[in-house]
Amino acid sequence: MRLIFEKHKDGRRGFSYGTSDVPAAKPLALKYCRKIRAQLPCLSELDVVRHFTNLSRLNFSVDTNFYPLGSCTMKYNPKFTERIAAWEGFCQLHPLLPQLSGGGMLAQGSLEVLYETDKLLAEITGMSAFTLQPLAGAHGELTGVMLIAAYHRDRGKRRKYIIVPDSSHGTNPASAAIAGYEVKVIPTGADGYLDLEQYKQQLNEEVAAVMLTCPDTLGIFNPQIKEIADLAHAAGALMYYDGANLNALLGKARPGDLGFDVVHINLHKTFATPHGGGGPGAGPVGVSEKLVEFLPISRVIRRQDATYALDYNYPKSIGYIAPFYGNFGVILKAYAYILVLGKEGLIKTAEIAVLNANYCQARLKEYYDLAFDKTCMHECVFSAWRQAKNGVHALDIAKYLIDQGYHPPTIYFPLIVKEALMIEPTETESKESLDDFIDTMIKIAHLAETSPAQVTQAPLHMPIRRLDEVRAARQPNLCWKKSLKELK
Amino acid sequence: MSYIPHTPEDIKQMLSAIGAKSIDDLFKDIPPALRPKSFNLPASKSEFEVTRALRKLADKNAAGLVNFVGAGFYDHFIPAAVDALSGRSEFYTAYTPYQPECSQGWLQAIYEYQSIICELTGLDVSNASLYDGGTALFEAMMMALRHTGRNKIILDSGVNLIYRTMLYTYTSNLAIEFVEIPVEHGQSSREALLKYLDDKTAAVIFQNPNFFGAVDDHSDMVEQVHKFGALAIASVYPVSLGLLKTPGEMGFDIATGEGQSLGIPLSFGGPYLGFMAAKSQLVRQMPGRIVGATVDSEGRRGFVLTLQTREQHIRRERATSNICSNEALCALRAAIFISLLGGEGFKELSEHNYQKAEFAKERLSRINGVQVKRSSPTFNEFTVLLPGPADEVVHRMIGKGFACGFPLGRFYKGMDNYLLIAVTEKRTKEEIRSLADSLEAVI
Repeated sequence: MRLIFEKHKDGRRGFSYGTSDVPAAKPLALKYCRKIRAQLPCLSELDVVRHFTNLSRLNFSVDTNFYPLGSCTMKYNPKFTERIAAWEGFCQLHPLLPQLSGGGMLAQGSLEVLYETDKLLAEITGMSAFTLQPLAGAHGELTGVMLIAAYHRDRGKRRKYIIVPDSSHGTNPASAAIAGYEVKVIPTGADGYLDLEQYKQQLNEEVAAVMLTCPDTLGIFNPQIKEIADLAHAAGALMYYDGANLNALLGKARPGDLGFDVVHINLHKTFATPHGGGGPGAGPVGVSEKLVEFLPISRVIRRQDATYALDYNYPKSIGYIAPFYGNFGVILKAYAYILVLGKEGLIKTAEIAVLNANYCQARLKEYYDLAFDKTCMHECVFSAWRQAKNGVHALDIAKYLIDQGYHPPTIYFPLIVKEALMIEPTETESKESLDDFIDTMIKIAHLAETSPAQVTQAPLHMPIRRLDEVRAARQPNLCWKKSLKELK
Repeated sequence: MSYIPHTPEDIKQMLSAIGAKSIDDLFKDIPPALRPKSFNLPASKSEFEVTRALRKLADKNAAGLVNFVGAGFYDHFIPAAVDALSGRSEFYTAYTPYQPECSQGWLQAIYEYQSIICELTGLDVSNASLYDGGTALFEAMMMALRHTGRNKIILDSGVNLIYRTMLYTYTSNLAIEFVEIPVEHGQSSREALLKYLDDKTAAVIFQNPNFFGAVDDHSDMVEQVHKFGALAIASVYPVSLGLLKTPGEMGFDIATGEGQSLGIPLSFGGPYLGFMAAKSQLVRQMPGRIVGATVDSEGRRGFVLTLQTREQHIRRERATSNICSNEALCALRAAIFISLLGGEGFKELSEHNYQKAEFAKERLSRINGVQVKRSSPTFNEFTVLLPGPADEVVHRMIGKGFACGFPLGRFYKGMDNYLLIAVTEKRTKEEIRSLADSLEAVI
């Protein structure tokens, strides 16, 4: 499709502010004004509507395609939450309103949503209190690591290291490093679990925290999790829970009961808020009792007269990590979703998410090698090792799936599994959807043996074939003016 | 209600294929001792019941006040087409476009967004979005620290206090030296900058217009910053860039800002949009996703996520940032918003804001006891000195249906009687007059 800039025509308008109803003011002195006018596309409203509508049709999405992207929990996003978040009473509220003198009473509805969501998440995870401020999962991680740093500083010892397993999400070591820690990596043993001996050797009084995902990124629940936590605590370190995979554990186990001190939750994964093509998400962070005093300000409190207010009186707080109260619009949708599901719905969510993943695993394990042959939780991880011997790699399988109308699983992650294919079906997919997908995967396995070129040529039926990613990185073209030059 | 399509028969067949007797079998790896100590959650409710309960909460909010509060977050009009297009679920129920062949719509939209941000800021490259204006400023600061290998940051105190506080929080475990320079007569102090600028300085951070609404031309200061080998960073209000000199024209190396004013509702603080643009030589230091154009195996143009060796999923603890999810849907809204307005419309938006604020200044200056600060030019926000504490005036004005401004005493010592007033294109002449009349009555 042509770029919107290439559809520009001088003199077209898609929107007008009309004539200003105030008299013209004395113009701003020229030295403060821009001299080079922004070259923005000029189109009619219909041109713009058609452009973006047609762009939207080039995407796979949960509403149009099965989307088993492992670790991302691409479940169905109920529509009613979108409607609620768009109500003027919520979406037109200025965030500074409750910070004005007497303004708190004007935002009681939104403050109540924040307060109640905090309480629900605390019960779901077994933590003492939450901050809803983190704006995404990785932002929650950074917040969590800063809370851990504040805790150790308060006890007079900074500590130097954070431990992560080699199967961890890339955000874990990155968050630790940005908060000023060095990272120690623990390998995964031949049994698929964290190597306990290596772990014990690396644990010492310079370790600030251990960051784990549970179930881990292999989709496995580690039965030794409590022992791992107890060892960390004995060394004075804290336990950090990466909540990317919480969907598997709803009502089945709580991070707080497992011994975790800090937890982040991805509301856009477990609690069904839309992923928005990459965001916005929300990454609330829950903590155990000993970390509550360090939580970011402001915090929402409920007063004795049942009104809600912002409280800043936490002298040990790490301070502001976001401008206000988090991605309110996202939090609101998650709140509505939790209320509709209720206790039984949440438990059933975990059960069916795990059932669906095990069903995929059981039906496919004859055709693809499992990374570790165990009962999985909400996702299963295969290796395309067998297919790769015939020249059909995980990437080729992904591209063939696209041609068949499926968004591919996560590929090449976790890094410790060669040719990884990480499948997370989620609970909202029916048996029929799964069967169709599984049949296609079996067909690919068959083609890999009989006619590998059919797979490695894919995709053939999409608007573009495979792209030259090396060229994209070596000759970066990141802005339309560059495209113009290349056309000339 | 749980959005689960499984019939009992489905579950039976699936368990049989797995070889499990029951769903409980699948959870056998969780030892009994580790099962929840409590799971005391409310019972399920219907969509109708939850909608009704939340309607009551929405109605408790006073979103209908006539709004003159800005302080970095502005009440702008959003054309209906922005909601309609960004509300297409082919956009909002997709995720990060890792697989380009089935994500060309998203990738092209982000490429267009990046191009728009470059045009607005006058800089060469933009990323695909960050969380908000404050975290974007933090990321810019981290870029400068890495690029220069130095550890001192000079911070203009005209930068929004919320953002300055965020920078301090994020660096509390790092060894970074901060110096704040004062605002004099509304603008950045040239004298103080020269006093603190040295060859240890990694970056100097300004905001334009600054928190008090004052407009500046930082060109001379940026020149000084560059003499010492430091980077100049600007936090900017995008709506002002239809009129004001751009960060690029002033020589800034990095520009960041809050993109909420580009078609994103106030929504009680989020989701918002952090944007970032920089000179091209800094692109490999940038955080987050970046989309680039390339060609497919048949020579057709297509778009991909690129320069990914900067990012956490590849570089892990050596990544330029830990960011993964960003604010793509808000970036899309900004791209649609700007595309609807076009060059003319965007300039018009900027001018209406400027003119309405000038009209409000003129009208308010006629009130006895109200002093409009005029030491420097402003864009759509300005400071007035009241005869008494501003927060009391704000309180009384709420009773008259106005959120009349932000009391500066909340953020700045000794400024209890100052009020910061924002006037966007949404405020009518009548509303401005009515604000003035009510203000006259309450002071």
